[in-house]
Amino acid sequence: MLEFLLSHYNYAIYIALMMIGLYAILARGNLVKKIIGLNILQTAVFLFYISIGKVDRGTVPVIWPAGERPPGFENVPYENPLPHVLMLTAIVVGVSVTAVALALIVRIKAAYGTVEEDEILEADELRDREGDA
Amino acid sequence: MDASLPALVVVVPMLAAILTALAGRWWRRHAWPVALLATAFAAAGSLRILWRAVHEGVVLYRMGGWPVPTGIPYRIDLLNGIVLAMVACVSFLSVLWMRESVKREIRQAGQASYYAVVLLFTTGFLGITITGDVFNLYVFLEIASITSYVLVAMGRRREGLFAGYQYLILGSIGATFVLIGIGHLYMATGSLAMTDIAARLSGALVDHPSVVHTSFAFITVGLAIKMALFPLHSWQPGAYTYAPSSASLLMAATATKVAAYAFYRFAFTVFGTHYVTARLPQVMDGIMVMAAAAMVVGPLFAVRQDNLKRMLAYSSVGQIGYVVLGAALVNASAMTGSIAHFWNHAASKGALFAVVGIVVLRSGSPHIDNLRGLGRRAPWTAAAMTVAALSLVGVPLTGGFVTKYYLALGTLETGRGVLLAFILLSSLLTAVYMWRCLQRVWFADPDLEPAVTREAPWTMRVATLTFGAACLVFGVFAWIPVDIASAAARALLGEN
Repeated sequence: MLEFLLSHYNYAIYIALMMIGLYAILARGNLVKKIIGLNILQTAVFLFYISIGKVDRGTVPVIWPAGERPPGFENVPYENPLPHVLMLTAIVVGVSVTAVALALIVRIKAAYGTVEEDEILEADELRDREGDA
Repeated sequence: MDASLPALVVVVPMLAAILTALAGRWWRRHAWPVALLATAFAAAGSLRILWRAVHEGVVLYRMGGWPVPTGIPYRIDLLNGIVLAMVACVSFLSVLWMRESVKREIRQAGQASYYAVVLLFTTGFLGITITGDVFNLYVFLEIASITSYVLVAMGRRREGLFAGYQYLILGSIGATFVLIGIGHLYMATGSLAMTDIAARLSGALVDHPSVVHTSFAFITVGLAIKMALFPLHSWQPGAYTYAPSSASLLMAATATKVAAYAFYRFAFTVFGTHYVTARLPQVMDGIMVMAAAAMVVGPLFAVRQDNLKRMLAYSSVGQIGYVVLGAALVNASAMTGSIAHFWNHAASKGALFAVVGIVVLRSGSPHIDNLRGLGRRAPWTAAAMTVAALSLVGVPLTGGFVTKYYLALGTLETGRGVLLAFILLSSLLTAVYMWRCLQRVWFADPDLEPAVTREAPWTMRVATLTFGAACLVFGVFAWIPVDIASAAARALLGEN
């Protein structure tokens, strides 16, 4: 079991990062900290994808003309580049989500004067009660 | 043109979005016509694709001519043909509807960008529907999600900002879960094309069963957040309530149902009917319980709302239960009802949100009392609302009845008659909150001055009446949706 964990330590880190990210999103009341949690969660996924692209003793996936591979690399397998390419897209998506989220937070701060979730909910409730009265 | 139509249906709204965003700075008045033309093209194109899918079975388009496991295929069979036509037609009608509403609710400098976001939103949902590649589906899911967050936050009230933020957090968790699930799927099968994964899955199940199960779990939970399946619906009421009326209309009629479609696609095409019935029957039972609970809890909350938008949002929580129940029962009749509900719910909820948007435009608030006297001052709008309400309840000769009839058949065929009680209770509660509305529309005290004093502008009226008419057409000429839906259901389940 221990050997399995040690040889797959990157997966263990991926799971740990995922939990840290989810915990930060759920437990923190500060809107910016929630976004940091979301980013940690996304980074965990990047690590996971990069891990599954790893091939034992694999090398850089640059295809050489037949018979011209550098000495010592004739029979070495290539790494799988596809998950890396997928993650380039996912990173762009992550940046876009973060950008939208931060823009929203700026406007929330302007409208409510705070970035704390409980204070925002309180302000909304207060206004609802005044609206009823 | 005809051969590359699947690509054009997605690309044209996307390019139009860039065009409106760039040109909108100088020619603000042209944003609406451009959006209307682009969505009209998408609607006509998707109907043509559905027509081809009905006659040819499967329409396949290979991006860049690459063969299937290497390149990204667009693959349209009856199931996503139906959803594609639904998304494109709803987008067209919504854009037609929204001109006056956007003028009123969105500040002037933001109007062109608003149309650009609407077009990107459409692009995202069309892409999710049409693609045959799981990672491509994730990318379109994120395009659709990010634009949804923006649409929700563009409302005039500050609550919209926070509703948009909450939607962003939950939506991103959902999308990330889908991404993790797709990663495990790739880990187990080494492929991203849906049909290719399906072919490799039986081998993967022998070698790495737990990886496949993990993948299914993440994808299911991620999509359940996206489709606001009870108890993961908490983002939805706030989002629909505080979004601009036009965004509520567009989202309520399309967004959650497309996520439900994605679940159908993953469960029955990618993982396969055999996998979900033989390997994970308990999971499907669990989803059935959630769907049945949603059907009752949604309307239960809706009954107590005085804000029409919030009422309809909770109503959507219930209606998504009908769409998911057919998948959970894994039965051809029930699935026919659920797939037909993609259209029926789009028509009825589209009409209802369109009417509420008109009420907001004319009276300034979506409070239920502002419906008083609507029947006297705006008879066409009131008529559309009445038909849509009857369809939502499930009265015969409307689309909603067709859905509930086939779902009821399916529950009996699978020996789960107890679900009939849930369908009946749900319909009853729906009748209660819809009656609260219709009573004010038609039987308000004639001494009270109506809040809405005149009929809607013609663009809104045409779109609203088309939604309303669709509720009737799908009920009276029920064989049109039912024939296609039952063929789609049987194809999904591998029956003939």
